[in-house]
Amino acid sequence: MSEYLVNLKINDLSVSVPEGTTILDAAKKLNFRIPTLCHHPDLTVAGNCRVCVVEQKGSRALVASCATPVSEGMEIFTNSRKVRDARKNVIELLLSEHNADCTKCFKNGNCELQDLASEYRVGDHVFIDLVKTSARHEIDISSPAIQKDDSKCIRCQRCVRTCHEIQHVSALAVVNKGEHQAISTFLNKPMNDVVCTNCGQCINRCPTGALAERSYLDQVWDMINDETKHVIVQTAPAVRVALAEPLGFDPGNRVTHKMVSALKHIGFDSVLDTDFTADLTIMEEGTELLTRLKKALVDGDKSVKLPMTTSCSPGWVKFIEHTYPSLLDNVSTCKSPQQMFGALAKTYYAQKKGLKAQDIVSVSIMPCTAKKYEADRPEMRDSGYKDVDYVLTTRELAMMIKQAGIDFESLPDMEYDRIMGDSTGAAVIFGATGGVMEAALRTAYEIVTGSEVPFKNLDILPVRGFEGVREASVTIDGCTPEWSFLEGVELKCAIAHGLENAYQLMKAVYEGKANYHFIEIMACPGGCLGGGGQPIPTNEEIRSKRAQAIYAEDSGLPLRKSHDNPEVQQLYKEFLGAPLGHKSHTLLHTHYKGRKRY
Amino acid sequence: MKDKKLKKVDLIFECNDCKPVEVLEKTLKRDQDEIILDIIDSGLKGRGGAGFPTGLKWKFTKNEDSAIKYVICNADEGEPGTFKDREILSRVPEKIFVGMAICGYAIGAKEGFLYLRGEYNFLLKDLNATLDKFNAQVKDLGLDFTISIKSGSGAYICGEESALFESMEGKRGEPRNKPPYPTVAGYNSKPTVINNVETLAYVTMICRLGAQQFKDMGTNDSRGSKVFSVSGDTPIAGIYELELGMTVQEFVNEFGDGDTKAVQVGGASGSCVPRKNFADTIIGFEGIPTGGSMMIFNSSRSMYNVLHDYLEFFAEESCGQCSPCRIGCQQLLKGIEAVKRKERNPQYLEDLKKLAATMKLASKCGLGQSVANPFTSIVDNFKEEIIY
Repeated sequence: MSEYLVNLKINDLSVSVPEGTTILDAAKKLNFRIPTLCHHPDLTVAGNCRVCVVEQKGSRALVASCATPVSEGMEIFTNSRKVRDARKNVIELLLSEHNADCTKCFKNGNCELQDLASEYRVGDHVFIDLVKTSARHEIDISSPAIQKDDSKCIRCQRCVRTCHEIQHVSALAVVNKGEHQAISTFLNKPMNDVVCTNCGQCINRCPTGALAERSYLDQVWDMINDETKHVIVQTAPAVRVALAEPLGFDPGNRVTHKMVSALKHIGFDSVLDTDFTADLTIMEEGTELLTRLKKALVDGDKSVKLPMTTSCSPGWVKFIEHTYPSLLDNVSTCKSPQQMFGALAKTYYAQKKGLKAQDIVSVSIMPCTAKKYEADRPEMRDSGYKDVDYVLTTRELAMMIKQAGIDFESLPDMEYDRIMGDSTGAAVIFGATGGVMEAALRTAYEIVTGSEVPFKNLDILPVRGFEGVREASVTIDGCTPEWSFLEGVELKCAIAHGLENAYQLMKAVYEGKANYHFIEIMACPGGCLGGGGQPIPTNEEIRSKRAQAIYAEDSGLPLRKSHDNPEVQQLYKEFLGAPLGHKSHTLLHTHYKGRKRY
Repeated sequence: MKDKKLKKVDLIFECNDCKPVEVLEKTLKRDQDEIILDIIDSGLKGRGGAGFPTGLKWKFTKNEDSAIKYVICNADEGEPGTFKDREILSRVPEKIFVGMAICGYAIGAKEGFLYLRGEYNFLLKDLNATLDKFNAQVKDLGLDFTISIKSGSGAYICGEESALFESMEGKRGEPRNKPPYPTVAGYNSKPTVINNVETLAYVTMICRLGAQQFKDMGTNDSRGSKVFSVSGDTPIAGIYELELGMTVQEFVNEFGDGDTKAVQVGGASGSCVPRKNFADTIIGFEGIPTGGSMMIFNSSRSMYNVLHDYLEFFAEESCGQCSPCRIGCQQLLKGIEAVKRKERNPQYLEDLKKLAATMKLASKCGLGQSVANPFTSIVDNFKEEIIY
């Protein structure tokens, strides 16, 4: 933004803001709130809902404050009669084409249009109901992750911009014009048959309930109430730093042990931690990386692909299946922590607890919607059963807690159950972009050299942060004899979050312009903490508070390296043997499927 | 002003010793700023309907510091009831191309595009033949300026300049937020002059005859002459070039069938003038401006049907991007249907007029902003026909 300051008046108050600032942001500076719908801080400006119109002295028409930059001497009125009348009229119009069946809506109570309707007291139905006379009624539930209800769509195009700008996917686009204009997919195909990665970033930015996760809340309650079932639940790292938000806390609160308490209260038979399999992922993936390096550098095996990329983000996995199917051999064969957990739940856990696999119902709480799709993939049945039966988002868990009538704030802290409840700080940071990289480096470096990574307090700061693509390198110093071929090697790493950034990075790999060894990719901005299943709103400020909470959780834990997780050590001893061993291969690794863009 | 009589003019189509390229050759010897000052001085305003002073547009674009600039001829003639650009394109295309080349020279653009309405693709063959010859002549004159033609796909909204740029760039034809204006960031986000077909043809004539001759015609606010597309209940429908400044009464005297009840000035997005206002309404920027469309209705016509047709058109041709226009057009259409069917009481028309006012204030582009023109003028003047 420019250094040059522009002076203007808003509602007769003077303000100076840098050139290029919008009227909306200038008004914010004076604490005048202007309502918006199509505006989202993560996205480019659209200026199409027209709810944010304001009066500019000397201008015949009202101007969209989100889309109009300030100019010298400008005089703006945000609450004149003209503005209020027009704004109310626009809201009434939006409601006339919106299926305002709020009581049945998943977004009831968390809907920007509902808020505006209530703020402007839009009670009487002024205009003709266009929803009843339109054919836009069928809800697309083809996808196991995302449902799309066009009758609730207000055509703000936040989803379209998200899918295009942040994710480079463009599964959603605008079709037709005028009264037939809609947000649709390629050839209007069902959501499950298009390039959609199920990341759910569109849901996170949808101001209404037009896009929402497929909810399995009722099914999970049914299972909990079924006496014959042993229902276990795993909680992903990023859930604990966001769950508090929809329960009335400020962003950045860590509620790990209250969450455990709530889940027990709800009636899960065992409350376990995805962190456990995050640590396990590091063991498998770290070993896979070192094995690939050995094969490539020592054995000269040309079939080994480098760089190796992570595979824990199912949105990313589907993205690369569509976008660069020729690079699928670069993707680690490791399942995501959720699916490793699922496969072990119905084998190892069943065995240890003396349960039959068919009696176990495995539920996961995820900051993610793509995990719903992942759990449904046909490859994810290596236990002989569906490894993960139901996936709930952070939002759904918050709803469950409310339904159960639990006063979250007064809950006592409780510990995760055993087994598969132990975790380390390395697992917690899986929830932030760069976290898997950091965890992998903490372990791989120590496997190879026998000593800790050369970073103060194990904090590998270069891999942290929100820069879209980040690079880091670690020079390996003091290898044990077994790994002597890595002595002095500069291990080159890259990290990307958000699929647009991932695309840029993989394009460089595809074109042979990148010489990394290891790449971490998370489909969502900020990593899982900004996942499509996280509380709404999510924006840069909130993501950064959640990230702070994640790193605070890590540094507060006694164990901070995955290979130190005692339950993981026990698992290898009693069940798996060694990383990349036969059993690991069967249960913890998978393969991918090349897909077309269209 | 009132005693000004309707006067036919023949600048655009006149072809006695009509050699536009000679005008170009002559003009290229002049100083760029001088040409622009001449165009400003002539008082020429955009003939597409909005009426922005052409010379100022050129001046703003010339002043932009950019190695790449464009000249675009807007030949997306889509306003219901206008067909004069088609005639200019088929009869005197060279005058348009010369206008573009003069503009290119004046503002420092090397590329020009003619954005042709999809429905006019039947003109492409002839236009391209003329253009090939013309581009070669321009080269011979030593001017680095090439024109090519891009075809639209039939969306009304692409006549809106920023939607036109989007369409040219291969995107959905949706209007952009303004500012920035085209003179700063138009096609490919570069400074762009975009002028209507007729405007550019007039540029050629102004450069040939001098600004004064043009300026001598018309009124203070509406200089020169203009080409009108006359249709509806008239025995002599067709294309006429007329001096600006006449009243609707004078127009009706010339073109009406003796039973004229209303004239829709400016196409579907223009305003309806009822008989009682004929004498007091000037056709031009001091009265009701028009891009050229003049639709005449006699007393056998139902103004409900006229308005209904317009609203159907807008409900379909709104790009759908902004809520006031997308939903507003549908509500106005369904609203008058409901009143007609007695499902809503006549008082509902007042709500609809408020809505039309909101659309005028809050819509993103000229399309949504102008729906209020036909709506309010027809409802106000022919209320009984709408209700009963």
